[in-house]
Amino acid sequence: MGNGVALLKLLRQAPWSARFGLFVIFLYVFMAVFAPVLTPYAETEIVGAEYEPWGEEFMLGTDNLGRDMLTRLFYGARNTIGIAFITTCLAFLIGAVGGFLAAVLGGWMDQVLARIVDVVMAIPALIFALLILTVVGTSVPALILVIAVLDSTRVFRLARAVAMNIVVMDFVEVARLRGEKLWWVIRKEVLPNALPPLVAEFGLRFCFVFLFLSALSFLGLGIQPPTADWGSMVRDNATLITFGDVTPLLPAGAIALLTVGVNFVVDWFLHKTSGLRDEQ
Amino acid sequence: MSNKSGSGAKTDILLEMRGLTIEGQADEQWHEIVHGIDIELRRGEVLGLIGESGAGKSTIGIAGMGYARPGCRIVGGSIVFDGIDLITASEETKRKLRGSRIAYVAQSAAASFNPAHKLIDQFTESPVQHGIKARIEAEADAKTLYRRLQLPDPDTIGYRYPHQVSGGQLQRAMTAMAMSCRPDLIVFDEPTTALDVTTQIEVLAAMKEVVRQFNTAAIYITHDLAVVAQMADRIMVLRHGHLVEEGRAHEIMARPKEDYTRQLIAVRTFRKESEGQNDAELPILKVENLSASYGGSGGLIVLKNIDFEIRRARTVAVVGESGSGKSTLARAITGLLPPLQGRVLYKGEELPPALARRGLDQLRRLQMIYQMPDTALNPRQRVRDIIGRPLGFYLGLKGAKQEGRIKELLEMIELEPKEFINRFPGELSGGQKQRICIARALAAEPELIICDEVTSALDQLVAEEILKLLQRLQDELHVSYMFITHDLATVKAIADEIVVMLQGEIVEQGAKQEILTPPHHAYTELLLSSVPEMDSGWLDSVLEKRKAIAAT
Repeated sequence: MGNGVALLKLLRQAPWSARFGLFVIFLYVFMAVFAPVLTPYAETEIVGAEYEPWGEEFMLGTDNLGRDMLTRLFYGARNTIGIAFITTCLAFLIGAVGGFLAAVLGGWMDQVLARIVDVVMAIPALIFALLILTVVGTSVPALILVIAVLDSTRVFRLARAVAMNIVVMDFVEVARLRGEKLWWVIRKEVLPNALPPLVAEFGLRFCFVFLFLSALSFLGLGIQPPTADWGSMVRDNATLITFGDVTPLLPAGAIALLTVGVNFVVDWFLHKTSGLRDEQ
Repeated sequence: MSNKSGSGAKTDILLEMRGLTIEGQADEQWHEIVHGIDIELRRGEVLGLIGESGAGKSTIGIAGMGYARPGCRIVGGSIVFDGIDLITASEETKRKLRGSRIAYVAQSAAASFNPAHKLIDQFTESPVQHGIKARIEAEADAKTLYRRLQLPDPDTIGYRYPHQVSGGQLQRAMTAMAMSCRPDLIVFDEPTTALDVTTQIEVLAAMKEVVRQFNTAAIYITHDLAVVAQMADRIMVLRHGHLVEEGRAHEIMARPKEDYTRQLIAVRTFRKESEGQNDAELPILKVENLSASYGGSGGLIVLKNIDFEIRRARTVAVVGESGSGKSTLARAITGLLPPLQGRVLYKGEELPPALARRGLDQLRRLQMIYQMPDTALNPRQRVRDIIGRPLGFYLGLKGAKQEGRIKELLEMIELEPKEFINRFPGELSGGQKQRICIARALAAEPELIICDEVTSALDQLVAEEILKLLQRLQDELHVSYMFITHDLATVKAIADEIVVMLQGEIVEQGAKQEILTPPHHAYTELLLSSVPEMDSGWLDSVLEKRKAIAAT
């Protein structure tokens, strides 16, 4: 239906910042998907001496165990971005459904959900996460679930606030009078109108989850070795900084670049949708 | 009104706009919205600007203050106020004029007052700021003006906050505020549009009085010709940023030259021929001894012992001012607000009080149309989905059959199917949106449609089209309407029976002829006599009559 053409047209009109952001995101996704093809070595393979400098054989040198830095950067993209993405999706699923339910049903449902969220939000997220992860262990599913639940509280807040403004509209009352089921009202009447702020928030949340994950890894409770991950890569090689070597900053830079890129795209998207216009 | 104040030594012309051209911004482009309008206003003269929405009347009125709203810009012409060219004047000069020599009264007084300050504090702000009066003098002056505007408790009302007084009182307090520096010119921008008819008449009378007393010139902007006929000495009829016709108020009313003006005057002359009712048939809807409250049995009672019925293919108008409980009645009937006591019978069968307990077929037969078509349509759904959903939901129509029915419905509401079926609500005008709402209600093939103030958000000409459409649909499909409105002109046009409500109770009910012919119930009389008529002497004669009654 010409959607592809419209998308292309939209991209051509996008400001440079948004294009740059999209480029960064595509680059990272490409790296993540084709990591095995693009890298000279295997993810956990020890290929040389420890802390080898940049050179012909190891473009970005080796790490504290003698694994190729470049290879691990690529695989790190795959692991960290993948996990962060799944976590954010899950957080949005939980948070948005909860928020919409609270707004549409109101009454005791709203009270119960909102108070639970208040309690969870009252505890600093990082400390709470550390606490739970030390109890349940640091497997990848546990990591995803814990961060998703903690993060869904913020999504809940936003989704509820946005939906509150929508459920008072007459068209929602029309749907109720028609006898529509709860799920239909949420999916067809509330969700499409709540989407722009939620998508914008998705971008930001993704960055926060990403940083949170890296922070946990840095503290040793995130993605566990030998799996490559940018957060733990910074920690493991941090000693190099004292020798004036920038290698440990590369994964940190990769994190920063992605965050900036995502935010550029989110800004552009918010600007586009703020006018509630639909390109034909 | 006889304002012959042109004999002074000062120049007679207070405000002169020549070739005024204003552009507005839409879709990041500038479009001309006012095309070279000439306006002359003498001292003490009241000029009425009238037209439907988009006519540019507010834009022109505000330009009289040398101001363009955000998204608008003045691109051509001259605006001269008492010898000062407002286009070339500095911001500083204009700021000194505004509030002291030119004042503005907005449509929504509630939105224009700062809710955090007392009325009198907001009154004294501009005279003190402009250095015209000291605070104490200004306060005394406020009380005088409040008294002149016939506000209750003029000595103390100023010490209340905006939310503590009624809408009509607030509008008069706003007029007092505009008068605080005894300006030469006041711009009234639809000051009574948001008010009930009974309140409107008080506000109009007060404004007219005070403008006459202080010999203030005024630009009165409205879409209601009957209202402007009461206020203005001279009327300019505008359409799409062009001048249609200009002349003395009574001349325009008596001998309009242009077709468009004639249409505006003829508005509200549409009448339904009401036939006798068929008593043998069971009423479609019967409400028995219904009471309802907000906040459970201990809460505020908003409906008391309501009894009425609606028969097939009939229109029952429920009339009352805001707060009379007429919309709550609709909520109780539809099940959105389960009543405290009483029953709602549908063709003799009792409807479950709560919405969730009603069956699909019970829901289908009773549809609703809302006041604000903007919020009654989901902005993210296309016309196809909006009308298609009830077809699929109630009648199980799918695919080509559904598509065919949507097109039929669009034709029924006089919109070209091919052109409109894929549009979003944002791409429709107000009248078109309301038509889509009607089509959505019709799609369910209902027997009763509750119309909640369906025409009050629309321009008069558009509203009349909608009324005619509803009437035609009733003739063809034999649906019944419960027509909730505060506008008696609408009632006269479309109703078979009338239910008059006051503070949650039915004051009077019966066939239209019965209710509209005297003797009336006192409240019905008040409502009826408050509807402005297309006659420039109407306001004065009504006020005199009321005074005479009060004196006896």
